[in-house]
Amino acid sequence: MNWLGILEWHDIVFLRAWQHPSSSELVAAGAGGIVVLGALAALLLITAKHWWRPLWRDWLTSLDHKKIGIMYIVLATVMLARGIIEANVMRLQQLLAVDAPGYLSHEHFAQLFSTHGTIMIFFVAMPLLTGIINFVMPLQIGARDVSFPLLNAVSLALTAAGAALLMVSLVIGKFSTGGWSGYPSFTEKPFSPGAGVDYWIWALTPASIGSTLTGLNFAVTIYKQRAPGMDLFRMPLFCWVSLCTSILMIFAMAPLTLATLMLALDRYAGFHFFTNAAGGDVMNYANLFWLFGHPEVYILILPAFGIWSEVFSTFSGKTLYGYTSLVYATMAIAVLSFTVWLHHFFTMGQSADVNAAFGMATMLIGVPTGVKVYDWLLTMVFGRIRFRVPMLYANYFLLTFVLGGVTGVLLANPGVDFSVHNSLFLVAHFHNMLIPGTLFAMFAGFHFWFPKAMGFRLHEGLGQLAFWLLAPGFLLAFFPLYALGLMGGMRRMAVWSDPSFTPWLAAAMLGAMLILAGLCVLALQLVVSIRQREALAVPVGDPWDGRSLEWAGPAPPFEWNFPVPPEVRSRDAFNDMKRDGRAHSAPERYHDIVMPKNSAVAPLLGLGAAICGFAVTWHIWWLTIASLLGLMAVTVARSFVTNVEKTIPADEVERMHRAWLDRASATPAIPRRLEATTDNRGKAEVPGT
Amino acid sequence: MNTRDTYIPKSENQGAKREFVSYIKGGIASLVLTLAAFGLVAFDMVSGLGALAALGGLAIVQIVIQFRYFLHIDLQKSHRDDLQLILFTGLIVSLMIGGTLWILFDQHARM
Amino acid sequence: MTDHHHPGLNLGHTDRSTHAAAEEMIFGFWIFLMSDMVLFALLFATYAAMSVHGVAGGPAPADLFELKSALYQTLLLLTSSFTFGMASLALKYRKDTGRLLFWMGVTFLLGAGFLVLEARDWVKMVTEHNAPPQRSGFLSIYYLLTGTHFAHVSAGMIWMAVMAVQLAVFGNDGPVKLRLMRLALFWHMLDVVWIGIFTFVILLGVAP
Repeated sequence: MNWLGILEWHDIVFLRAWQHPSSSELVAAGAGGIVVLGALAALLLITAKHWWRPLWRDWLTSLDHKKIGIMYIVLATVMLARGIIEANVMRLQQLLAVDAPGYLSHEHFAQLFSTHGTIMIFFVAMPLLTGIINFVMPLQIGARDVSFPLLNAVSLALTAAGAALLMVSLVIGKFSTGGWSGYPSFTEKPFSPGAGVDYWIWALTPASIGSTLTGLNFAVTIYKQRAPGMDLFRMPLFCWVSLCTSILMIFAMAPLTLATLMLALDRYAGFHFFTNAAGGDVMNYANLFWLFGHPEVYILILPAFGIWSEVFSTFSGKTLYGYTSLVYATMAIAVLSFTVWLHHFFTMGQSADVNAAFGMATMLIGVPTGVKVYDWLLTMVFGRIRFRVPMLYANYFLLTFVLGGVTGVLLANPGVDFSVHNSLFLVAHFHNMLIPGTLFAMFAGFHFWFPKAMGFRLHEGLGQLAFWLLAPGFLLAFFPLYALGLMGGMRRMAVWSDPSFTPWLAAAMLGAMLILAGLCVLALQLVVSIRQREALAVPVGDPWDGRSLEWAGPAPPFEWNFPVPPEVRSRDAFNDMKRDGRAHSAPERYHDIVMPKNSAVAPLLGLGAAICGFAVTWHIWWLTIASLLGLMAVTVARSFVTNVEKTIPADEVERMHRAWLDRASATPAIPRRLEATTDNRGKAEVPGT
Repeated sequence: MNTRDTYIPKSENQGAKREFVSYIKGGIASLVLTLAAFGLVAFDMVSGLGALAALGGLAIVQIVIQFRYFLHIDLQKSHRDDLQLILFTGLIVSLMIGGTLWILFDQHARM
Repeated sequence: MTDHHHPGLNLGHTDRSTHAAAEEMIFGFWIFLMSDMVLFALLFATYAAMSVHGVAGGPAPADLFELKSALYQTLLLLTSSFTFGMASLALKYRKDTGRLLFWMGVTFLLGAGFLVLEARDWVKMVTEHNAPPQRSGFLSIYYLLTGTHFAHVSAGMIWMAVMAVQLAVFGNDGPVKLRLMRLALFWHMLDVVWIGIFTFVILLGVAP
């Protein structure tokens, strides 16, 4: 018996590069080196600064939804850096590979687009939006935490386990070359014999289970944990999109888990779900994958719509225009998203009737989305607009997202789709939706809520600089791809033969570099802001003259969010509190607060899931069984722990709350024109009071 | 929030004996429906689309019975959140099953 | 405030504080079950297509399935669903754990009987009919569908065993009750899924 399964020494990237020092292998070894050195540097830093204990006690074992949210965002940021660097590596290859071989092997290029897609969808966009919902939503509905705090931590740990497996794949073995959608027959054993596809399967599986549990948790929280008076139709729009996103997560992850499970059974046990022979049905993979994949698109975009709604309303100083229509539009999109999955495989050979039906359903989604765009525009009309960083992103989003949406409506026509299917036109389209739509919304949300989470604002000037790099960067990187697609450029090509592509590819390269530069400025902004945190501090907690309940308390918030559940009388609850004088006031009585104790269960389960995934990938069966038993043992053991709650005495709650109230009353309220200056300590001047 | 009053409808509060009778009803009805479906096939009483309709009908009735008597779902008395969830699941499941069958059978017919 | 009940057994006046805690907990578990139902729905849909298109010259449903064995399995699982109902009533109305443990024990044995019969069917299919999952697309999905259900039943039985220990350690207290109420929903739901397998896989497969 081989204790290491099918793992061999030359699977390690450095040995591979030593044996075959091609430019492609050297790039791979460089990436592996960054992972190893980065991990070592992190370990050394934590050890040198004696951060192990606080890291474990205050973060990894914490069940606080705010900390879990922040950890999701940290995870996503690390993965985003990898995703953007990979994009640049690929852009360079495509630029150099016009009538030339370029510097990457075809196989390496295929690994890059597979990891890029997988990472950006599952380990950047998903954790970013999950993190932001985690942090914001319970505060907005006036809850103390999510319904199931331990489950929340477990979801994070499972997502991190999947991400860890992806990072390991840079050092040990090779990743899948089957793209982020992993279509068979190519990903079946005969065509992809290595461990790459298995890495892909077992990285996705824990992450998608984590997402299902997250969706469950958020939905129950929104249904059952709202503060008194917070009717569903008084919730901030961001909570509505969180609810719809959660429902999509609950129902849409199962098809993915099933599709990858079937693929795994084909690969490991010789089943015939998607094989070409013995009655396998390869089309069913596309069917199952996109039954997940299309709702997934809306999982990615709906939270962004929520963030934009908050941003437009706050920075126009107006209540959201057409709140009810936005709610119904969100619901309509959520339901319609389950009726259009076939448009991802119009060309697979079904009859024209089927294509027509799904094409029409797809175009229908444009209607509620259009309603939203008009609502946002009308929110700004007659508003006192302030162009803080989130508002810059928001206006940029309106312009570019509509363009992307129009190309989507084009693609919804099966006839058009046939001619640009799998071309760079499609790549341009979905990046046009996901970068200005999702990613920039996350950046906007990051700038918007960062002061609430950390207690200080991000540096405004550097934030604007990053925006002015990212905005043209995106246009340069992706608008040429529309043209290239129409010129016949297919997606996922490692080399080209048409010299007329070169100028377009050069423009796209420049755009990708600008995006990378924007990311670097964002990193710089974070460093500068941390160093200037005293000057940028907003301890009173309301730096933007916010309208919903998350701005009602201090920044950063108390562990228990609200000393007593806030009483909600209308939409824009905090805005009304400020106007009728109920903001920053002490409750009649303070009570003891019961909070969940920290738990090591989540990190242990995450570790177990990562080990299990690695073991299955490399056919190390003893370790697979051991880690599965370990996962079960931890779960069962946890169910025997009875002492899971701690009580915070009313005295302490009162002492901390009153200290903050004293500080708030001593802080001068500032008018909006001083918002971006160091006079902003988080207390907003309320006109007319 | 969590201290809402705990009134529940009479049907859930009528004592051990009545609740026991409810489980008995569900059990007997399920048994009868199972045997009926089995009998239809064992004695060759149905075939083709007729079999699909008859057996499918019996299965759906039995599922409704078990939802009612074992899972205590009741259109009038269940919590609205739970009912919404069940109805939405029903919608999604029918979209997914219906769409999958439509697509796969259509593709197969053209191969 | 609300006079509506949650799915499954409601403790109501027999244990007001646990009943109050149950609403949120049961709602969450009910969502999990619904998401699980989507998984089964897709298994059924795939089965419906592959049992027709994926036979690949191998044995077809009508050549393989044994009505009698399937009927016994159905009766065992249906009875176990009923006996878990009896366990739930003992949970609600009796302070001691004796009757509760008795009915859980009966349920466990019925579940075990179901698993044995189903496993025997599989062994027979592989050894006598040369019909392992690797033979055809139809057989692949047949084993995955029934196997997923089998795995759920097994998980339910492990859960039951853990709960028996918990009852012995903690007695019939609030958290234990909440777990048993969720296990009850899980177990009843598995019988609902089995109705689908019995009807659409076995009976329709054998019907002419």
